[in-house]
Amino acid sequence: MSDPHAITREIDRSHMQVSDEVAIQITGMNKWYGAFHVLRDINMTVNRGERIVICGPSGSGKSTLIRCINRLEEHQQGQIVVDGIELTNDLKNIDKVRSEVGMVFQHFNLFPHLTILENCTLAPIWVRKVPKKEAEATAMHFLEKVKIPEQANKYPGQLSGGQQQRVAIARSLCMKPRIMLFDEPTSALDPEMIKEVLDTMIELAEEGMTMLCVTHEMGFAQAVANRVIFMDQGQIVEQNEPKEFFNNPQSDRTKLFLSQILGH
Amino acid sequence: MSDLHANAASYVRNEMLPPSDPPAMQTGAIKWLRENLFSGWLNTILTILGFAAIFFLLKEFTPWFLHGVWKANSLGECREIIAATWGEDAHGACWAVIRERWNQFMFGFYPRELYWRPILALLLLMVALAPILFSERSNKLWIAGGVVAALVLWLSVSYGQFLPVGILVVIAAVTALLGSRGAQWPSNLIWFSGLFPGLAFWLLWGGTVWLPVVAMLGFVVGWIAFRFASTVMGAIVGAGAGVVAAFLWWYFVAGPLVDALTQITGRTQPFWLRGVDSDEFGGFVLAFTIGIAGIAISLPMGIILALGRRSDMPLVKGLCVGFIEFIRGVPLITLLFVASLLLNYFLPPGTNFDIILRVIIMVTLFSAAYIAEVIRGGLAALPRGQYEAADALGLDYWKAQRLIIMPQALKISIPGIVSSFIGLFKDTTLVVFVALLDPLKGITDAVRASIEWKGVYWEPYIFVGAIFFIVCFSMSRYSMYLENKLKREHR
Ligand SMILES: Nc1ncnc2c1ncn2[C@@H]1O[C@H](COP(=O)(O)OP(=O)(O)OP(=O)(O)O)[C@@H](O)[C@H]1O
Ligand SMILES: [Mg+2]
Repeated sequence: MSDPHAITREIDRSHMQVSDEVAIQITGMNKWYGAFHVLRDINMTVNRGERIVICGPSGSGKSTLIRCINRLEEHQQGQIVVDGIELTNDLKNIDKVRSEVGMVFQHFNLFPHLTILENCTLAPIWVRKVPKKEAEATAMHFLEKVKIPEQANKYPGQLSGGQQQRVAIARSLCMKPRIMLFDEPTSALDPEMIKEVLDTMIELAEEGMTMLCVTHEMGFAQAVANRVIFMDQGQIVEQNEPKEFFNNPQSDRTKLFLSQILGH
Repeated sequence: MSDLHANAASYVRNEMLPPSDPPAMQTGAIKWLRENLFSGWLNTILTILGFAAIFFLLKEFTPWFLHGVWKANSLGECREIIAATWGEDAHGACWAVIRERWNQFMFGFYPRELYWRPILALLLLMVALAPILFSERSNKLWIAGGVVAALVLWLSVSYGQFLPVGILVVIAAVTALLGSRGAQWPSNLIWFSGLFPGLAFWLLWGGTVWLPVVAMLGFVVGWIAFRFASTVMGAIVGAGAGVVAAFLWWYFVAGPLVDALTQITGRTQPFWLRGVDSDEFGGFVLAFTIGIAGIAISLPMGIILALGRRSDMPLVKGLCVGFIEFIRGVPLITLLFVASLLLNYFLPPGTNFDIILRVIIMVTLFSAAYIAEVIRGGLAALPRGQYEAADALGLDYWKAQRLIIMPQALKISIPGIVSSFIGLFKDTTLVVFVALLDPLKGITDAVRASIEWKGVYWEPYIFVGAIFFIVCFSMSRYSMYLENKLKREHR
C-alpha cells in the first residue's frame, strides 16, 4: 500500500485491551440542521479501551457525530450515553461528560493569549479545582510525554503546527479524560509534522486510552485501530476490524471510497 | 568548491570595487524633499502654499504668544504691560488670567480650605489605577509611587488640619508596599482599587463615612447572594439573585442603617467630613469626577451589554439590543436634560438625588452603549474554535468568557474602547447645559463675568483645550503601550 505515513514501528499491544465495560452507547440517534438530515439512525457502542477510526467522504457527518458525543452539537432524536451519563439539556450532565471526554480539533484551537503551560493548566485549575502547583506538575508531565516540555513558557503562535497539535493533545490529557475524541487532527498539518502527531496518538493508544478518531490516515487505522467505521451521507455504512475492512470491504460505497483514498 | 573557484574564468572579477557614494541628488534631505514634496507640478504648488500658510499663521501667532503676560491682576493691566514693553500696536496673550484664576479652573467653587480633598482623591486614584493599568512592576512605578507619597505629605503639611490623615495614608501605603515586597506589586494593591470608589466619593462630597461604606456593602451583599444562589441554582439564577439582593439592600436597608450609624458616631472627626454641595463642584474637579466615574462604570457595563446582545435568550438579547439602539440614537444632551429635569418626576418626592450622580449615570449609559458595540466587534472577530475548545474542556459560560473569550476580545477592542473613553471625557463639557460648571464654558464664562477679566477670550480656551489634550493624548499613548505589550506577549 502506498501510504506516505505508513506506521513502521512496532506497536506495543500489551495494554491495548478492550474491556466489556461500555464507554459510549448511541442508540437511534438522529440529527438535523434545519431541514437537512445530517445524521440518520446512528447506533453504535464503544467499549472501554477501544480505538475506533471513523472515515468517510467529506460532508458525510463524521465531525458532527463525534461532536455530538461531547455535546458541541445537540442531537434531536435518540440517546447518547457517555460513561453512564445520558446527554440531555441538563447542563450539569453536559459539564460532567465534557470533563471526562477530551477533544482534539483539526485547527488545534489553542488559546493564543495564554502560554503553553497556562493552556494546559487552565481547565484543571478552573474546572477540576486542582491546586496550581499540582496542575503545573501534571501539565509538565504531559508536555514531556508529547516531547515539548521546553516550549512550556512560549505562546502558541511561536510553535509549529505539529507542536501546537501536540500541545492540544497534552491540554486534553491534563484533564485526565477517560475518552479522547480526535477530529482530523493531522489534516491541517504539513506532511513532516503529521508523523510526530501520529506518534503521540499511537503512544496514547498503547496506554489503553479509549479513542475515537476521525482521520484519513489509513496507516494509523491499520496499525492501531481495533475497528474502522465508514460513514456516508449521515449513516454508518460499514464497520469492521481494520484487516477485514481494508481487504474485504462489503458495500460498494466503501469500495469506491477506499479505491479513491488508497488507489493512487 | 575551492577547485571550482580557482578555475573560474579569468574575466570574472574576484575583488569587488567599493561602492561609491550616490550622487547628491539621490541622498538624504535633498532626495527626501524631491520625493515627498516636489515630485511634480501639483505637489510643488501645494508644498509652497502649505509653507506659506504655516508661515503666516506663525507670523501672527508667535508674537502674540511670546508677548504673553503672566503677572497681572486684570485684563487692563495686561494690556498696559504689553503696550509698555512691546509698543502701542503690539498684542499679546494674557496668561495671567490662568495664573490668577487657576483655582477656579481646577476646583470651580469648591471650598478653598478643602482643596486637599480632591487632590488627595486624585493621588489615590493613581494608586488605585496602578494595579489595573500596569501588571508588571517597574522602576517607573516606584518613582511614580514616591512622587505620589511626597505630594500627599506636602498636601498634609500645607493643609494643617489634614496632617494626621496624610501621615496615616503614607504610613499605610508604606506598610502595604513593604509587606508586599517580593509579591506581585502592583497587582496586590487591587483591594485598594476596589475600595477607591467609596473613598473618593467620601473625599469629594464629604458627609458621613457610613454612606459610602454602606453603599459599597451592597456589592458585598450582592456577591454573597450570588455565590450562595449560584451553587444551589446555577449561575444565571445566582446573578439575578445577586442583583436583587443588592437592590433590596440599597433600597430598604441602606438608608436606615446609614442614619443609625451616623447617630452613633455623630460628627466626630474620623467619621465625618464637612459636606460639599454639588453646586460647588466645577472646573476640572467636575470633569474628572464625571469622566473617571463614567469610564470606570461604562466598561463593565459595556461588556455585559455586549454579552447580552449575543445571548441566546431572546428576552436578554431584546433588552440589550433595545437599550443600545435607543441610547445610541439619542443625543447625549437629551439624556442630560432628562437627568436634570425629568428624573425628578420619577423619583419619590423628597428624595434628593444628586445632580452630579444623575449626570454620571447618563454619561455612563451613553458611553456603555458605544463600548458594547465596540466589544461586540471584538467578540465577533474571535474564531468559533475558541468557544468550542473552552466548551470541550468543560469550562462553563462565565469561566469561558472570563478566561478565554473576554481577554482576547478586549485586546482586539482596545483602540475602539479607548476612543470611547476619550469621547466620554471630552463630552463631560456638555454638562454646562444642565447648569454645571464645566471647565470649558461654565468656568470661562464665570471668569469673564468678573470685571477684571471681561473680554478675555482665547487664553482660557487654549488653556482648557491644552489640558484636555494632555489627558486624552495620555490615554491614547497608554492604549498603544497596552497594544504593544499584548502583541509582544502573544505574538
Ligand atoms: N452548523 C451547520 N449548519 C448547517 N449545516 C451544517 C453545519 N455543520 C455542518 N453542516 C453540514 O452537515 C454535513 C456534515 O458535516 P460534517 O462537518 O459532519 O462533515 P464531515 O464528515 O466532518 O466532513 P469533512 O470530512 O469535510 O470534515 C455537511 O454537509 C455540512 O455541510
Ligand atoms: Mg469534519
